[in-house]
Amino acid sequence: MSKMHLKLTVNGQAVETLAEPRELLIHVLRERLDITGPHIGCETSHCGACTVDMDGKSVKACTVFAAQAQGAEITTVEGLAGPDGMHVLQQMFREHHGLQCGYCTPGMITRAWRLLQETPRPTEEEVRHGMAGNLCRCTGYQNIVKAILAASDAMAAQKEAAE
Amino acid sequence: MNDLTPSREERTANLKGLGCARKRVEDARFTQGKGNYVDDIKLPGMLFGDFVRSPYAHARVISINAEAALALPGVIAVLTAKDLEPLGLHWMPTLAGDRQMVLADGKVLFQGQEVAFVVAENRYVAADAIELIEVEYEELPVVTDPFKALEDGATVLREDIADKLEGAHGPRRHPNHIFRWEAGDEAATEAVLAEAEVVAEETVYYHRTHPCPLETCGCVASMDKINGKLTVWGTFQAPHVVRTVASLLSGIAEHNIRVVSPDIGGGFGNKVGVYPGYVCAIVASIVTARPVKWIEDRMDNLMATAFARDYWMKGRIAATKDGRITGLWCHTTADHGAFDACADPTKFPAGFFHICTGSYDIPVAWVGVDGVYTNKAPGGVAYRCSFRVTEAAYFIERMIEVLAMKLGMDSAELRAKNFIRKEQFPYTSALGWEYDSGDYHTAWDKALKAVDYEGLRREQAERLEAFRRGETRTLMGIGLTFFTEIVGAGPVKNCDILGMGMFDSCEIRIHPTGSAIARLGTISQGQGHATTFAQILASEIGIPADDITVEEGDTDTAPYGLGTYGSRSTPVAGAATALAGRKIRAKAQMIAAWLLEVHDDDVEWDIDRFAVKGAPERFKTMKEIAFAAYNQAIPGLEPGLEAVSYYDPPNMTYPFGAYVCVMDIDVDTGTADIRQFYALDDCGTRINPMVIEGQVHGGLTEALAIAMGQEIAYDEMGNVKTGTLMDFFLPTAWETPNYVTDWTETPSPHHPIGAKGVGESPNVGGVPAFSNAVHDAFRAFGLTQTHMPHDHWRIWQTANRLGLHG
Repeated sequence: MSKMHLKLTVNGQAVETLAEPRELLIHVLRERLDITGPHIGCETSHCGACTVDMDGKSVKACTVFAAQAQGAEITTVEGLAGPDGMHVLQQMFREHHGLQCGYCTPGMITRAWRLLQETPRPTEEEVRHGMAGNLCRCTGYQNIVKAILAASDAMAAQKEAAE
Repeated sequence: MNDLTPSREERTANLKGLGCARKRVEDARFTQGKGNYVDDIKLPGMLFGDFVRSPYAHARVISINAEAALALPGVIAVLTAKDLEPLGLHWMPTLAGDRQMVLADGKVLFQGQEVAFVVAENRYVAADAIELIEVEYEELPVVTDPFKALEDGATVLREDIADKLEGAHGPRRHPNHIFRWEAGDEAATEAVLAEAEVVAEETVYYHRTHPCPLETCGCVASMDKINGKLTVWGTFQAPHVVRTVASLLSGIAEHNIRVVSPDIGGGFGNKVGVYPGYVCAIVASIVTARPVKWIEDRMDNLMATAFARDYWMKGRIAATKDGRITGLWCHTTADHGAFDACADPTKFPAGFFHICTGSYDIPVAWVGVDGVYTNKAPGGVAYRCSFRVTEAAYFIERMIEVLAMKLGMDSAELRAKNFIRKEQFPYTSALGWEYDSGDYHTAWDKALKAVDYEGLRREQAERLEAFRRGETRTLMGIGLTFFTEIVGAGPVKNCDILGMGMFDSCEIRIHPTGSAIARLGTISQGQGHATTFAQILASEIGIPADDITVEEGDTDTAPYGLGTYGSRSTPVAGAATALAGRKIRAKAQMIAAWLLEVHDDDVEWDIDRFAVKGAPERFKTMKEIAFAAYNQAIPGLEPGLEAVSYYDPPNMTYPFGAYVCVMDIDVDTGTADIRQFYALDDCGTRINPMVIEGQVHGGLTEALAIAMGQEIAYDEMGNVKTGTLMDFFLPTAWETPNYVTDWTETPSPHHPIGAKGVGESPNVGGVPAFSNAVHDAFRAFGLTQTHMPHDHWRIWQTANRLGLHG
């Protein structure tokens, strides 16, 4: 099958690759661009392990064709840490034991990162609803919810300190 | 000493040893997308393998035509049973003493069975090739009901062994019969039942389900023909056993095989067995001389690898009128699917199911289990439990509730009346287990008090009255469970897997500057071994956990061990870690004494150092001792500071717990709102409270899934009805409640640090707690048993059957 010339911005960097139009974004990221943070758990959009941020929205990269991502701006878990180290969400997942096997974690944190931009001060119910597209088999979610609420607090405090 | 000398408390805290809620060392890489799972492995020239799978549950394979597939650019090879037969690899041995087809040999026996293996340049070409392979089938009658499978004249499923009257576990009485296994005294049990004042009888079905870790199974096999070495990276919960099996099957010498379990995205029992994909990837790599990757997709995973449970448990329980249990009888029909691939220690074809007398002092008991072939996927793995223990716990905790109904007694009181008492430990059960330690009454009282049990019952009674008056359409259910687990398999004298004794191991090297590396025979799949085993060691050898690297999963470097499942890591490898640490300390004592110029017996251990007895200001820290081990010529001592321990546990460990689940059930919609869940666990000595709590949350959520909706269901044609995450229930953050955790601490008397293991307790105790809550809600209307999973539809049907819909 003939390949298309794909140009994307991934974690702030312009990248290009050749890919078949039918290839899924998750495969292009993982296999052509070596971005292996996002994982594959179901390939049917249910589990959310492949969640990345595409043009300001959370998407499940297992159900986006590479062709649909032409020109898109993509952020994965690898793009969240800053020059000062881990993102506060990453810190809080560690602090509150919000992960065990780590397989869902990249998708989980990437989704939470978008959720906290959409709803900076969510209630527990809003976090649970907003994260319902991401499955975790290890933690039972309680500590994930705790970690996201703690990150929200920390980000609000940071913002206040900056103002 | 001066004011800057750290206090004993400070020195202890600095170690981050036992009891510390130490943050996990694994998390920095996992939170930043830098884990290394098997699908992340990419080797030069790597190919991708995928299966043609059977659409039928039972059919003859008439022909396989791969011509069009092989003509497709990028397709390297198509393997069928005919290709594997000359190598003797078209069938493989199972963990349960049976054999399983690697690729369909003349027929298929379950939907999703592996028929042909396509090897291609990438996963897209492999998928295209699968579409081009023409397989001609001739359908055969399908048997999905294990009871019908044993009827006279039933279709014979396993024609390869149809005439064999003897299986791996004794006589077979029907071509579809696998084994009969028994424990206890049947005649004595029947006698007690015949004379009992009260007998309750019930059939309890624990449905078929699946561990479904978020990462599916897979591997990368790489045969290096130049140096003759085979390397296999894979999702293996027991990498050392995989190496031995691979050597025995392939004929490649074991030292020429390296098996590596990289980061594993959850296991829960799914990744214990050896699957056709592993065999085919290895063969394909040998044939093509290129690395071959095989990764299941989710549908493959749910349809073909490792189901769990599927036990039909018929029970009779005898008691006096005032609620003293006098005997227990159980016969189980176990649906094992097309091949007996249960992951149990060899001598236990029904696992440790005979722990089914539970937490109760039952004087007489008998259990019999018949294993049966059907046209379903093979497996029978221990899904987040020790071998068949969750089935046993569910059975006895349902029987207790059924008996309580018959006696007209509160089931909390019935439990307390029959608990094994603290002073009876070590306690030998009627079915032959020696429970190591327990204090059930204390745990039970604590749990009931914590939830205000009497208050809950009052509220429930008021709700029931309101329901009867037509003021509410919800009923309240209080689900009680007291469970005892049996984990830490196990003593080599009676526990082995494929002949390998179920010991485990730890090897420690102390570096000259006082840091260390420890390698173990186990493998974490999320349990956080790199964090917690370092804590055990920190307390034993006085080196801060932060200065200890823990490594597992590479058979070239780690000592031999039987792996991680059945909550065996802490009971077995954790013990090996402590004992290897004590060997280090014994040598360190000699070094310290020599440095301090005193006799060995004149120094004593003090947190992180050896000090002269009576003169604590004269000491050598472990850091100083480590350096001396490498730069001093000490008479009579070899240089270096290393130790290895292989630990054969003298007994299993017996964690226990008390769970209470409270739910409101809407009888018109069948929905269940879990408004409270209290879980008290006693796992002996607690290594890391944060990790324990995380394990309990996760196990409870898997229990919630199983009890309330998750199943592998088949239709009569043997079609899998729950092959995707659309149909197979995994709870989201939305359905999952918050849990309250609590504990008591009753150390194991035979474990070096008293730890018992905890990862699986919440699943074992959680399933009956959720299910008992559903049953309890309808108890006033006479419901004795309704089978799991209790999804909305089934709960609605129950309410309807009981006439609650007017």
